[in-house]
Amino acid sequence: MSREIRVTVNGIDHVRHVQPRKLLTDFLREDLELTGTHVGCEHGVCGACTILLNGQTARSCLMFAVQADGADIVTIEGLGENGNLTALQEAFWANHGLQCGFCTPGMLMCAGELLRRNAEPSDHEIREAISGVLCRCTGYHHIIEAVRDAARGQVGESKTSVPGAAPQ
Amino acid sequence: MKPSAFEYFRPTSIDEALGLLERYDFEAKVVAGGQSLVPLMNFRLAAPAYLVDTNGISDLSYIRRTDGVIALGAMARQSEIEDSPVVAESCPLLHEATKLIGHRTVRNRGTIGGSIAHADPSAEYPTVLLALDGEVVVRGPAGKRVIPARELFLTICTTTIAPNELLTEIRLPVLPAGTGSAFVELNRRHGDWAIVGAAAVLTVGRDGACSDARIAVAGVGGTPIRCSEAEDILEGRGLDETLFEAAAERAAAAVDPVDDLHATADYKRAMVKVFVGRALTLASERCRRMPDV
Repeated sequence: MSREIRVTVNGIDHVRHVQPRKLLTDFLREDLELTGTHVGCEHGVCGACTILLNGQTARSCLMFAVQADGADIVTIEGLGENGNLTALQEAFWANHGLQCGFCTPGMLMCAGELLRRNAEPSDHEIREAISGVLCRCTGYHHIIEAVRDAARGQVGESKTSVPGAAPQ
Repeated sequence: MKPSAFEYFRPTSIDEALGLLERYDFEAKVVAGGQSLVPLMNFRLAAPAYLVDTNGISDLSYIRRTDGVIALGAMARQSEIEDSPVVAESCPLLHEATKLIGHRTVRNRGTIGGSIAHADPSAEYPTVLLALDGEVVVRGPAGKRVIPARELFLTICTTTIAPNELLTEIRLPVLPAGTGSAFVELNRRHGDWAIVGAAAVLTVGRDGACSDARIAVAGVGGTPIRCSEAEDILEGRGLDETLFEAAAERAAAAVDPVDDLHATADYKRAMVKVFVGRALTLASERCRRMPDV
């Protein structure tokens, strides 16, 4: 039996009917077509599906969409505005903090949460904050450098307009 | 994988939840933070016909200290416990153990009640509860009952909480001045399940002798295990490294772990000695740093 849920995702209200067994991650990708949230392991190990649920990181593969009724959700699509990158995203770009990009949504969600909680994290704290997200490309060093730079406000040349991103 | 179909309920009160558990009994499962149950459901290792979600019950998230006890509502999130000044001050063992649970993202959702009711033998919270001789409050059709930690855990992921009962509160004693504690664990990567975990709590009196010692280990049996014989070695004596080594050795001799993917039984037993030793050393350093009140 499907149930009606109301969620706010990236500032937009949605009313949808979902089966209780539908994972939040599948709801975001299939029902709302927000495919920036990636599905890796589907059992809470890889961290690729990490989103913000009422302002806190959560693994969207470990929740059912029905549980998100009434929630305010931010996905990777909701981070930048008008095609602009956030300072953290720019730092990832400037530092080559991603290669294939599969883990990047989860990395940005977790690193962003760290910087909101701790404006001057140590490298150890950065490593701990991203330890719940698996990256198979970068070896993590460039990601750590990116988070460190973002914390210090050292993002290099401002790139307000991103090639390939949606027009402003 | 995807979970099998189930019917979903989101009660807004304990009584409503109890009504559902009474009606669906063994076919129902309570979901709190979902950080253990949902992976099991995604693998279809668990396939409850009815899911009772306690996230809609608003009055189960408290953390408060009263009369020498810290009481935590079953739905208190691990991240709230991690950030709680009351916990950091009054129950440093719980604070330290919390930081070892998964990752911050997991702790944002995971709850203390869920972790204890799930009763994973390698998990931190059941071990803390046992080490501190805490107790849990459950509500059922017959009313409220209090279960001491030593009577709670039966075997792997099995407790004495009945299917028609709901865990509502966790109570941990505030330990006296002169107490130091430590929670340490061995895992392959930060945030992984503990291959071996060890909790130690030591209280040293004004005379310098140990008046109370508590040791519990995780990951080496069907439940967390209290190491009473090792505790006996320490109590009433002046604490030093030789004594810690003897106690750690006794703890290792008393456990009976099994081989698994991550480690052999012999290795785990050897690591019980190492990690109980480390926990005792750390706990003892910490009680010496406490003010002499």
